Amino acid sequence: MSTPASVRVLEMQMLLLKRIWKTNLTLSFLQPLLFFLGMGLGVGSLVDGRSSSAAALGDVSYAMFLGPGLLATTAMLTAAGESLWPVLGGFKWDGSFEAMAATRLTASQVVRGQFLWLAVRMGIAVGGVAVVLAVHPDTRSWGILPAVPAALLCGLVFTAWITAWAASREYDTSFSNVQRLVITPLFLFGGAFYPVDSLPELLRPIAWVTPLWHGVELCRGFTLHSLGAIEMLGHVGVLVAWLIPGWILCDRFFARRLYR
Amino acid sequence: MTANEQPVIRARSLTKKFGEFEAVRGIDVDVRPGESFGFLGPNGAGKSSTMRMIAGVSPITSGTLEIFGLDPATHGSEIRNRLGVVPQADNLDGELTLLDNLIVYGRYFDIPRAECVSRAKELLDFVQLSDRSSGRVDSLSGGMKRRLTIARGLMNRPEMFLLDEPTTGLDPQARHILWDRLYRLKQQGVTLVLTTHYMDEAEQLCDRLVVMDAGRIVAEGSPRDLITRYSTREVLELRFGAGRNAEYEGRLAGIGDRLEVLADRVLVYADDGEAALREVNVRGLTPESSLVRRSSLEDVFLRLTGRSLEE
Amino acid sequence: MSRDTLLWRVAPPILRSARRPQRVIERNATVYRRTPMVFISGFFEPLFYLLSIRIGFGALIGDVDFAGRAVDYAEFVAPALMASSAMNGAVYDSTMNIFFKLRYSKTYDAMLASPLGAADVALGEIGWAMLRGFMYSISFLVCLAALGMAGSWWILAALPACLLIGMAFASVGMALTTYMRSWADFDWVPAITLPMFLFSATFYPLSSYGGLGWIVQLSPLYHGVALVRGASLGVASWGMLVHVAVLVSLTVVGLSVAARRVETLLLK
Repeated sequence: MSTPASVRVLEMQMLLLKRIWKTNLTLSFLQPLLFFLGMGLGVGSLVDGRSSSAAALGDVSYAMFLGPGLLATTAMLTAAGESLWPVLGGFKWDGSFEAMAATRLTASQVVRGQFLWLAVRMGIAVGGVAVVLAVHPDTRSWGILPAVPAALLCGLVFTAWITAWAASREYDTSFSNVQRLVITPLFLFGGAFYPVDSLPELLRPIAWVTPLWHGVELCRGFTLHSLGAIEMLGHVGVLVAWLIPGWILCDRFFARRLYR
Repeated sequence: MTANEQPVIRARSLTKKFGEFEAVRGIDVDVRPGESFGFLGPNGAGKSSTMRMIAGVSPITSGTLEIFGLDPATHGSEIRNRLGVVPQADNLDGELTLLDNLIVYGRYFDIPRAECVSRAKELLDFVQLSDRSSGRVDSLSGGMKRRLTIARGLMNRPEMFLLDEPTTGLDPQARHILWDRLYRLKQQGVTLVLTTHYMDEAEQLCDRLVVMDAGRIVAEGSPRDLITRYSTREVLELRFGAGRNAEYEGRLAGIGDRLEVLADRVLVYADDGEAALREVNVRGLTPESSLVRRSSLEDVFLRLTGRSLEE
Repeated sequence: MSRDTLLWRVAPPILRSARRPQRVIERNATVYRRTPMVFISGFFEPLFYLLSIRIGFGALIGDVDFAGRAVDYAEFVAPALMASSAMNGAVYDSTMNIFFKLRYSKTYDAMLASPLGAADVALGEIGWAMLRGFMYSISFLVCLAALGMAGSWWILAALPACLLIGMAFASVGMALTTYMRSWADFDWVPAITLPMFLFSATFYPLSSYGGLGWIVQLSPLYHGVALVRGASLGVASWGMLVHVAVLVSLTVVGLSVAARRVETLLLK
């Protein structure tokens, strides 16, 4: 056996992507492009030029502030979209995980394959944002290159936890609440659209704990060259600390579900 | 049929085409009120298409069709108001409990809510599912789902009850429970119209039936009638081992009324299967296995079309 | 539904064949009676959006010009978010949900075996989407008021406006859903709603678009936003009739197509 097992899981999923890649690629580019145009430049035209705003954003244009944050939010949104219903569906509706487990794959290999697949999906989406950022003169920077894996790391944290949640559910009733009560507030308050400092003092510590904020800060730090090495390591450390328990839970829930 | 008795179903040259494919090729059918009527045939014979036309959910291609003397094309809603339907694939509402499945369905017929509730409870009792009334549909076995679908179809107290393959895929015990419930309905005077590819089911439930093959009716009569006409009372099944059955055709000649050699076995049609088996032994033949059973639709169908029913 | 109203008499024939679409609504209400959490969480979404506008964007932007006067940014965006949430709710209810019932759970097959017809299914589902949308709109209003962003009593006029938006998008959403072949096709839904959300004069006035304003006016949501914003800021004009007409036309076309398609797909 030359190919690692998890890569073979990925290959199965890639067959699916082959059928839908045109749609997927188009949409992956379209979504961040629209957000960048609509919010970055559009809202930016209302923000830029106000001295109080410039100070709040750290003396960069709104587009420069928002753009790198979109790398991280895009990874998160992709992870959420691809790990709730599709994961429960893999157990319940199309039985694809069972089918994989019926071969010689172990539960943790199936999990790793699923993570790899998500990394590909997120990579496409985040890559779309990166291209948009590279095209616009304000946000063009070599820092985009390391920011992409940073966004993927952030996205993997969400992949792990959301996959674990979905794998441990019998019904999908809670899923829209995960979207509405977890993902949406993170998206809005996670520091991508405006500095976390504008949140009420009580809420700020909450934002500082969330993986999205660390992802956003990391991507922004790379792109705008605004963070020191220690701070960066700190953000990476927090993300890894989030990732590991989520991953362990995934392994456990997949094993419980596939071999019961 | 007496002159004043209007048929509940009257079809003349009824045809259904899907594009180029002709699923039903001009059939004539009359079903009397209170009768139990069956469509028999293999998959793809056109039974389900016929049932869907009768149920008013599939427009006819040509010919005429009257249900309760009404044209389904113009009076579909009125007709459906008086029908109970059990489709081939269960379409129960997975988002509702068992009880709510019945109540909600009853409301589609504009039955007052209180009446719906009491009928639903009564019917859950009738199909022996009362103890699960607040459970979800996906927790039910296949047989239970079918019973629930039957209860649902009875919510509007239909004059005619249409059942498409009511027991296909069920285990023997579940089938017997279902037959019992359907038999009681028949006794209550409900017109039953069902499709099946089981002869025993037809024998249990049908007063009269038609055999369909490739969109046409190839025979009509009561179950007993059809068996007497096209088969013998019993059948002796002999297996001589893979590929060797044909060799024995000559040596079996003269036993029973008729022989049918299939790939995996030889069928000996006889009124007394045991006697035929004794004759086989007397001739010194030693099949790997032998089985005496009653004649079935399989045999009637084989005789009529030269093909096996469940292929 | 009363059969003498003008709306009924001008409705396309297929819709006039409806008998009791309210039973379809009843069925959906029975389902949701058991999962009230979905409704409750619906209250939080507008709250989150409004809060982020107020504490985040409001601080960065300040005032914008609207109809010749300076309007606080949060007050400017809030009605647009209300309109967008009416759209999103309607689209959500009328796409995936309906696709599932149409192709997988066979809910409509069971309905069509009863005296109900395709028009009942279409009208009932859209009626349900409107009802849910209406509840979301009310919760939006409550949030607005709670955050002190309601402005004047004029804001109540935003409710019927949101109802119109919900009706239009639910009808068109259902019609498009009947053409979907697989779940993958739904990836295109945000490709339509997202640009509308971002570019319907939602976050900045029509004037900021310069020469591209006419494109913005092609967006159905723009007409919804204009209605709700006009209501909430107390600016009424004859032009609003145009917005109403656009949304009503979309509803009638969407509904007719949806009913026709349900018939083609299920009654064959």
